[in-house]
Amino acid sequence: MSPDNAKTESMSLFSPKLSARLDLLVEKYPVRRSALIPMLLYAQDEIGYLSDGVIEEVARRIGITALDVRNVATYYSMLRFKPAGKYNVQVCTNISCMVRGGYEVFERFQEELGIGHKGVTADGLFSLEEVECIGACCWAPAIQVNYEFHDELTPETVSGVLNDYRGRAKAEGISSNA
Amino acid sequence: MPRLVSHPDEVKLVSRRFGMGAAEIDRYIELGGYASAKKCLEQGPDWIINEMKASNLRGRGGAGFPTGMKWSFVPKQSAKPKYVLVNGDESEPGTCKDHLIFLHDPHAVIEGTIIAGLAIGAKVGFIYLRGEYRYLLEIMEKAVADAYAKGYLGKNIFGSEIEFEIVTQTGAGAYEVGEESALMESLEGKRGVPRIKPPFPAVVGLYGGPTVINNAETIATVPHVIEMGGAAFSTIGSPRNGGTRLFSVSGHVERPGVYELPMGYNLKKIVYDVAGGIRGGRKLKAVVPGGSSTPVLLPEEIEELGMDFDQVGKAGSMLGSAGVVVLDDQTCIVEFALRTISFYQHESCGWCIPCREGTDWLKKSLTRFHAGFGEAKDIDNIQYLAENMMGRTFCPLGDAAAMPTLAFVKKFRKEFEDHLNGRPCPFAKHVEMAVI
Repeated sequence: MSPDNAKTESMSLFSPKLSARLDLLVEKYPVRRSALIPMLLYAQDEIGYLSDGVIEEVARRIGITALDVRNVATYYSMLRFKPAGKYNVQVCTNISCMVRGGYEVFERFQEELGIGHKGVTADGLFSLEEVECIGACCWAPAIQVNYEFHDELTPETVSGVLNDYRGRAKAEGISSNA
Repeated sequence: MPRLVSHPDEVKLVSRRFGMGAAEIDRYIELGGYASAKKCLEQGPDWIINEMKASNLRGRGGAGFPTGMKWSFVPKQSAKPKYVLVNGDESEPGTCKDHLIFLHDPHAVIEGTIIAGLAIGAKVGFIYLRGEYRYLLEIMEKAVADAYAKGYLGKNIFGSEIEFEIVTQTGAGAYEVGEESALMESLEGKRGVPRIKPPFPAVVGLYGGPTVINNAETIATVPHVIEMGGAAFSTIGSPRNGGTRLFSVSGHVERPGVYELPMGYNLKKIVYDVAGGIRGGRKLKAVVPGGSSTPVLLPEEIEELGMDFDQVGKAGSMLGSAGVVVLDDQTCIVEFALRTISFYQHESCGWCIPCREGTDWLKKSLTRFHAGFGEAKDIDNIQYLAENMMGRTFCPLGDAAAMPTLAFVKKFRKEFEDHLNGRPCPFAKHVEMAVI
């Protein structure tokens, strides 16, 4: 390893907690590379998206090129290369959700947030996505906000869901200032 | 928390511990958990495989391959390590059964994985969950940690000389990864594209080693097969279709939900009795019997239809993942076909040209058609395109996209004709200008 590499290695983009988690992750598998996809996802959870820096650091941790990481990452629809909102609203419109009003729910989210598919609100609080089946077909129409599921929505319950997250953001803001 | 449902006709095996706190290991043990794994340790691999064969348990992922036979294909001696792989990449639209298994009964998945490992002589099992199921992955991870703490996993499982480790893994959003060889690619840190077969996973699978890959529901069923005995299990279902199935019933029914019914249970009863009939007193138009890739059935086709692999196959469709999607008479079939093909177009991995190009052109044709700009010849073109995708791809995704499309066109040709030039969608929903 060149001195340059050693220097960049010490400058991790990730928090000590995430770094420790990723160090354990690569040891879990018979092959180091098996940690790649979870590593990208956990890094994205913390940083918000797969920036060039994140991709380079993941490549270094796995021991492959950044190009190789990019080649894999572009395959998976949950991985993104631009920032999303703090709360990424993913509305399923696949068949089971569609026939119970998934598009009407998606339209209401668009109206309430003033953004479309893959849009981000000006304050950075929300982003919106139309997504494929999320495995909640019997509780349709369903959405995910980040990793949380919300089932059996109607256009009328959309604003309540958003207000809940607005409240959480506010509470977090207050506690972090205190 | 997803709503749980119940019906008197249910035979609760796999769902027996749902809603009973069995995600906690002590509660799982109290409810009879891990007894089957201990029994298998005493009885040995040949006994396990014989019980599995006698059970007539068939793969719950969709293909319906007999589980015992699959396990018996793994060579006894292998230079490379053998692996058990649990496919929890549940992504077939209309299917949400594994969601409940991971949520309510994670230890059943662990116990089934241990038993599969004992049967084939593997020392490591992987449980792969789709990336969207993060909260379920956390439940699985806690369950695995608890099983290690009890000594049920690790160097000497249940105090024996046998070693078995379980590793959990997350995907990051890709339907194609539900295909067994694509899942192995993904677990090896690559793009989830399918491998050419043969060799089959039982001989050359994960990391090149012999691998048994089973759906999460199949694996969660295994402890119940062992507990009641293979022969007894097989008597629950219909001939050559042992046991129960978790049916994810969704769409226009009064009581959607995941119901566990014996294999061979009548589809009409599922729609009208178990799930409470069509919502709002409307009429039934069609049923997708086994997830979005399975050909649609008309009301008259479900009358006498028993829901097992053989009977649904004979009726020209597939039991698939048992995701029953019910459609009422206000559903636009062209729109439904378009949404279905849009999904497969989005999820095609692009590896095989007939699938990559076929799904794309089908989506374009159906988009234009639904928007009212179709021509009569498009109906035949859609059919021609779909027919030429069939059987021409490495993995079943090409067929999964073509099969339902063919059925929609054949069974609802009049409705397609009603969408022709100058006659917009009779249901007038979500019509957007075609962008081609």
